[in-house]
Amino acid sequence: MVVFDRPKSLTDREFHYCSGCMHGVVHRLVAEVLDELEIRGKTVGIAPVGCSVFAYNYFNCDMIQSPHGRAPAVATGVKRVHPENAVFTYQGDGDLAAIGTAETVHAAARGENITVIFINNAIYGMTGGQMAPTTMPGQVTSTSPYGRKAEIQGLPIRVCEMLSTLDGVAYAERVSADCVKNIRAAKKAIKKAFEYQIAKKGFTIVEVLSNCPTNWGKSPVESLEWMRTNLMPYYPIGVYKDIELNKKPEVENNA
Amino acid sequence: MSEMVLMKGNEAMSEAAIKCGCRYYFGYPITPQNEIAEYMAARMPQAGGFSLQAESEIAAINMVLGASAAGARVFTSSSSPGISLKTEGISYIAGSDLPCVIANVQRGGPGLGGIQPAQSDYHQATKAMGHGDMRLIVLAPNSVQEIAEHTVLAFDLADLYRTPVMILTDGALGQMMEPVDFGKLKINKPPEKTWAAAGHSDKRPPNIINSLYLDPKDLEAAVLERYKNKYNIIDEKEVRYEEFDTEDADIVIVSYGIVSRIAKVAVNMLKDKGVKAGYFRPVTLSPFPSGRLGEIAETAKRFLVSELNMGQMTDDVRLAAGCKKPVDFFGRTGGIITTPEEIYNAAAKVLEE
Repeated sequence: MVVFDRPKSLTDREFHYCSGCMHGVVHRLVAEVLDELEIRGKTVGIAPVGCSVFAYNYFNCDMIQSPHGRAPAVATGVKRVHPENAVFTYQGDGDLAAIGTAETVHAAARGENITVIFINNAIYGMTGGQMAPTTMPGQVTSTSPYGRKAEIQGLPIRVCEMLSTLDGVAYAERVSADCVKNIRAAKKAIKKAFEYQIAKKGFTIVEVLSNCPTNWGKSPVESLEWMRTNLMPYYPIGVYKDIELNKKPEVENNA
Repeated sequence: MSEMVLMKGNEAMSEAAIKCGCRYYFGYPITPQNEIAEYMAARMPQAGGFSLQAESEIAAINMVLGASAAGARVFTSSSSPGISLKTEGISYIAGSDLPCVIANVQRGGPGLGGIQPAQSDYHQATKAMGHGDMRLIVLAPNSVQEIAEHTVLAFDLADLYRTPVMILTDGALGQMMEPVDFGKLKINKPPEKTWAAAGHSDKRPPNIINSLYLDPKDLEAAVLERYKNKYNIIDEKEVRYEEFDTEDADIVIVSYGIVSRIAKVAVNMLKDKGVKAGYFRPVTLSPFPSGRLGEIAETAKRFLVSELNMGQMTDDVRLAAGCKKPVDFFGRTGGIITTPEEIYNAAAKVLEE
């Protein structure tokens, strides 16, 4: 009896990710959800620019590589042509919350029926450890060598909190990939997001707090501890929006 | 059957797009192309299609990328400053071998410039529509009827070569009303898009739409392949132009788009004065009709280029003429439309030299 196998929604390609990086784990969670919901054949994934650009080699569904930050706009194009497809984007913090802020906010505001998997590890990985919009105050990066200073670079953006104010958002949850318990919760959140999309409830986003041992200059184990002591207090995990739980009264139609 | 109606160029372009099966439009407001977005917003739902006002030109071109990758005939439009914003997406679309149609209803520039007609995006359209080794097919219609016909042609060429195609008009062509006969349009069925990313239904390996090649050998191979099997064939097969009385001409006036209509009047004025004047009009600005202009340079004595810019096409004409014959320029810019008299006077002046 097979008790643990590679999800069908992942290809056989070996991940290029650094040792200890959680991208591989989150890829697997998304793939398991696609398998369990049996939607791999009708799923189109949008890869970002950043470390996970090669997601198009790993997910065993049709994939499109997007320009930096534009994944929600590309996903909009796909979804409006094929509303019955499941469409997801997989984006990092620089991609989603810096260069792609407008595309993210407006896809959410339109209630685009897509699922956004947002990896927040407080740094640009692919380009070599530069400051991200989610970099912590005081955090040293290659472009904030004296630590991020509020008076120079401002303070980090809390994406789930910001997007949860928009009526088009059906579901927004922040999870963490720091430990097995939280990883299991992350999978539940990802599954719920896809289920809401299939039920055409609107825009869904799962923000996954993650790590970057290489560019943080830490061992994999140290990096998980750093997440718990630095990222998780600033970015509390939890459900920020669930239209099934906090239904607002319908706006009266006086027309 | 004739389907003659009186329409603005922008409206005729929109209707022609719908007539040839385009069901997706993504745009953003900017003068002087707003009629396109407005027409699409009204007509697309009636035609069973979808029109969306995006949050920016950048978002709009990326929605085009997504819709095209998903296999749809898709269209976007803008005017000069907005086209600059689209260049990133256009480069990715070209690098991913995706078809789409982009209209640039040009206005004066640089910067915010003005809102009156101009042709000052010639260099951008033909040489620099995005970063990297890439090109577009660029069509330059000169009447409302031809705008409709070129729109159909643009979708067919885009699908045939899997390339973005630009329809380059200007504020005058976009805004002016002329009779247009949609009955004359030849509508072709788009080819099947087996490469599209629209879900594989477990019946084939995943389709990947991508422009990234980290290994330089792979990137060079992809670019070489694109030149060999796409751009070189386009150069060979898709050059279009119009001309009359160019053989042995004392002067050939070269112009495109709205100016070609003004230049035609100037050519006839010169003829009335006994000058052997010829008319040449590139219909495709890319690929440029260099070969035919080179032949004309064998017998014609000189060229006068006229455009609504500072002479951006002049270098292309000089290169085509192989420096065999002088190439002069006369144009207006900033939104001012040249008159037949001005072109006539410019021609008369260089002929006196």
